[in-house]
Amino acid sequence: MASNGHLDAAGRPVVAVTGMGVVTPLGQGTDDNWKKLTAGQSGIHAIKRFATDGLRTRIAGTVDYLFDRTVLSSELSHAFAQRAAAEAIAQAGIGSKGEFPGPLFCAVPPVEIQWQVWRTLADKCDPDKPVTVGDLIRVTAGEKRNDWHRHFLFAEVAQLIAEEFGARGLPISLSTACASGASAIQLGLEAIRRGECEAALCIGTDGSVQTETLIRFSLLSALSTQNDPPQAASKPFSKNRDGFVMAEGAGALVLESLEHAEARGARILGFITGCGEMADSFHRTRSSPDGKPIIGCMKNALADAGISANDVDYINAHGTGTPENDKMEHVGVTAVFGERAKEIPISSNKSMIGHTLTAAGAIEAIFSLLTITHQRIPPTINYKVPDPAIPLDVVPNVARDAKVRRVISNSFGFGGQNVCLVLAGEPA
Amino acid sequence: MVQAREIWITGIGLLSSLGEGPDIHMKRLNDGDLPVTDRTLFPPYLLHPLAKVDFDKQIPKKGDQRQMEPWQRIGTYAAGLALADAGIAGNTEILQKTDMIVAAAGGERDSAVDTAILTDLRRSNAPDALLNARLQSDLRPTLFLAQLSNLLAGNISIVHGVVGSSRTFMGEEGAGVSAVQVAHARIASGQSEIALVGSAYNAERHDTLLIHLFDQLCYKDEFVPVFAPGRPDGFALGSMGAFLVLESAPHASARGAPPIARLGEIYSANMRRKPGAITAVLAKFLAEARQKIDPAAAAILSGATGAEPATAEEAEALAEAGLPVRALASRFGHGVEAVFLIGIAIAALAVREGRLFAPMPKVPLEQKTVTSLRQAIVTCIGHWRGEGLGVVEAVQ
Repeated sequence: MASNGHLDAAGRPVVAVTGMGVVTPLGQGTDDNWKKLTAGQSGIHAIKRFATDGLRTRIAGTVDYLFDRTVLSSELSHAFAQRAAAEAIAQAGIGSKGEFPGPLFCAVPPVEIQWQVWRTLADKCDPDKPVTVGDLIRVTAGEKRNDWHRHFLFAEVAQLIAEEFGARGLPISLSTACASGASAIQLGLEAIRRGECEAALCIGTDGSVQTETLIRFSLLSALSTQNDPPQAASKPFSKNRDGFVMAEGAGALVLESLEHAEARGARILGFITGCGEMADSFHRTRSSPDGKPIIGCMKNALADAGISANDVDYINAHGTGTPENDKMEHVGVTAVFGERAKEIPISSNKSMIGHTLTAAGAIEAIFSLLTITHQRIPPTINYKVPDPAIPLDVVPNVARDAKVRRVISNSFGFGGQNVCLVLAGEPA
Repeated sequence: MVQAREIWITGIGLLSSLGEGPDIHMKRLNDGDLPVTDRTLFPPYLLHPLAKVDFDKQIPKKGDQRQMEPWQRIGTYAAGLALADAGIAGNTEILQKTDMIVAAAGGERDSAVDTAILTDLRRSNAPDALLNARLQSDLRPTLFLAQLSNLLAGNISIVHGVVGSSRTFMGEEGAGVSAVQVAHARIASGQSEIALVGSAYNAERHDTLLIHLFDQLCYKDEFVPVFAPGRPDGFALGSMGAFLVLESAPHASARGAPPIARLGEIYSANMRRKPGAITAVLAKFLAEARQKIDPAAAAILSGATGAEPATAEEAEALAEAGLPVRALASRFGHGVEAVFLIGIAIAALAVREGRLFAPMPKVPLEQKTVTSLRQAIVTCIGHWRGEGLGVVEAVQ
C-alpha cells in the first residue's frame, strides 16, 4: 500500500462509500431498513396495485407507501431513486444543493408502453372494429402526449435524477438484469480508479411490478406461487423453495476517492475494494452447469481486491430462492471457498425484501456495508426445511453478531450477467 | 492517472437499409445513392427498413434465432461481423477476455397479441381479469427474453462466446456515446485490452414509432435529406446494427491485427435544452477537437436526427465550423441508440479509404468536400437529451 494510504496495492485510488440511501418494501431509509432486516421482518404482501384474479402469483414486495394514485413504472422508479439519492447525498454532505460533484450511474429497469396507456389509446379507436396497429398510430398522431414520450424513454429516470441532484456530465442508464445495481457501483468504482472523477453517484432502482412484468416472470416459472402467507413465500436455500418474489425499491451510494473524502473530513462508511464480473454463454436464463462464470466472477472480485477467499468473513448471497439459482450459488461458493464453504456465513436479504431486480445489487451492497458497521449479520428467514444438497450456514431465521471485516456480495442475472463486489471496513 | 494508450478500431460489423458489411456501405455512400425508404409499413411515416439478411450466416442455430426479436438478431448478426472482421471470431482465448458494452433499448412487443387483447378488453365487463387471463395464455414465455434490454448482449455471449464482461447501457442516443466513451476510457487506462461495443435498432416496429409519435417527432413526408432547406420537422427511424472491436494498440500489434482507424477523443454532455444550448456545446466540442485535426483533411459526420429545434441548432454550429458535413440520418435514418456507433464505423471506413463520400444534392451544408480525408468528427445530438462527439483518425 502506498505511503499516503490513498492508493491500494495496485496503485489505484482507494474508493470509499460516504453516503447511502435505501427504499425497500420494509420502508424508507437505512436506519429503518436495518432495524427491520435484523429483526427478520418480511416486506412481502398481497398485491393491491392491480387485479390479481386468476394469477398464479398474487404477492410481491411492492412499495406502496409513496403514492396514493396509479402511476407508471418510470414514475415509481424515479420516486425511489430520488429518495434514496437524497438520503445518500445528505449523509455524505457532499457538494452543494443541486450540485453533486461527479457522474451518475443509474441502473434502471427497461421501460415500454404499459397496458394502461394501450387501453387509453384503444378506447379512442373505432369501437365497432377490431383494434389495429394503424388505428393506434392514427389516434396517437392526433394528440401530443410528451409526458408519455418521456416516461417511455430509457433515459428519463436517470435524466431527472441527474438534473435534480446536479450530477456532472451525461448520466449513464444501465441494465445488466438482476446484477444491474452492482454494475452501477462497478462503473463508479472504475471511473474513480481511472482518476476521471473524485466522486460518483451510483443507484439501482426498480418500480416495475405491473401485471405484465409479473406474468412474464411467472411464465418462466421463476416466481414463488406460495401466496399464503405472503411473508413465508421467499425461502432462499430451503428445500421447498419455489421461486423468487418480485419486489421494488432503490439503493443509492455516494462513492468517493478516500483522498477526497478525507480532505473534506467526510465520515467513511466503508470501502468498495474490488469487483469482478464474468458473462455466461451457456443459456439465457440458466447458469453453466459447471458454475464456471459464477466462480470466475467471485475469483475476479477477490483478485481485484487483492485478497484471498480466506479474507472474506460473510457472503451476501444473490439468494433469490429459485431452485436453480441457489443450487448454482452453492456450487460457486463451494468451488471458491473450499472447505470453508460450510462454515462461512451466507445469507439472503431477499428472504425479507424479495427480489428488487434492477435495484438488488445496490440495496444489498448497502446492507453488506451495514453488516460491517454493526458487526451483525441479517438472517435468511423462512428457513424451515433445510436443503441437504446445500449445506451452507445461511444464518437461519435470526440475525447474528459476528466479526465481519470483509463481505462479498453476489449478483447474478438473466442473460449470463454475473457481478461480485468486495466491501470492507478498512481499505486493504 | 494512468498514461492513456492509443486505441484502434480493428473490427467493424455493419448492417442497415443499405446492406451488410463495409464494402456495400462505402460503395453506396461514395456513389451518392438515394437512401432506401418505406412509407407502406406504418403510413404515412417514413422509415429505412433493414436490407434482406440471411441471419443463418452469423446465427447458425435456428433455436437461437427463435429466442430473439429482430433488434437482437440485427445486433447479434452485426456483432458477429465485427468479430470476424477483427479476426477474433471463434478465438476462445481472446473472446474470454473481451469486454462488451452494448447500447440498447428493448421491449419489442407482439403487435398481433396486443391488438387482439385490446379488442377484447373493450368488449369485456371484467377487463382486468380478462387481461390477466389473456396475458397468461397469449404471451410466449420466451418473448420476455427477447424484450429484456441486456439480452442483446446475452445473445452475443451465447452465439459468439464474448464473455469477458457484459454491460448494457440504455437511454437513447446518449447510450451509444457512453458505450464508446466508457470502452475507450477503460482501454486507454489499462482496465481493458479489447472490447466489443455496439448497438442495434429495429425501426420496423410499431411500439417505438408510437413512443416517439407521442411527442409528434416522426417524419411523415416523402424523403428529404436532413439539413435541406425547408425540410419538414421530424425523424425517420432506420433499422441498423453497428458493432466495433476496440483494442489497445499494443494488444492489436501483438496479435498482428491491422488497425482500420484510430479512435481519438470522445466528448459528451448533458445540456439543459435552452435555445442555443446545442449550438454552444457543439461549438465548444468542435473547438477542442479542431486543435488536434488538420482542417484540410477533415470532415464532420453528423448524427442529427432531423427533429427540431436540435437539428437547426446543430446546423448552425456545423456551418460555423467550416468543415465538410455529411448527415448520417439522410443515408440510414435515425437509429437512436445506434447512431453514434454507425457514425464511428462509417468514419473509420472513410478515413481508411481516405475519401469523403458524396454529398446529398440540394443540401448547401453538404456541398464542401476534401481531396484526402484523414480525420472525421462524428456528432450525436440526442433528439431530446444527450450530446456527444467523437474523433476518428487514419493510422499511418
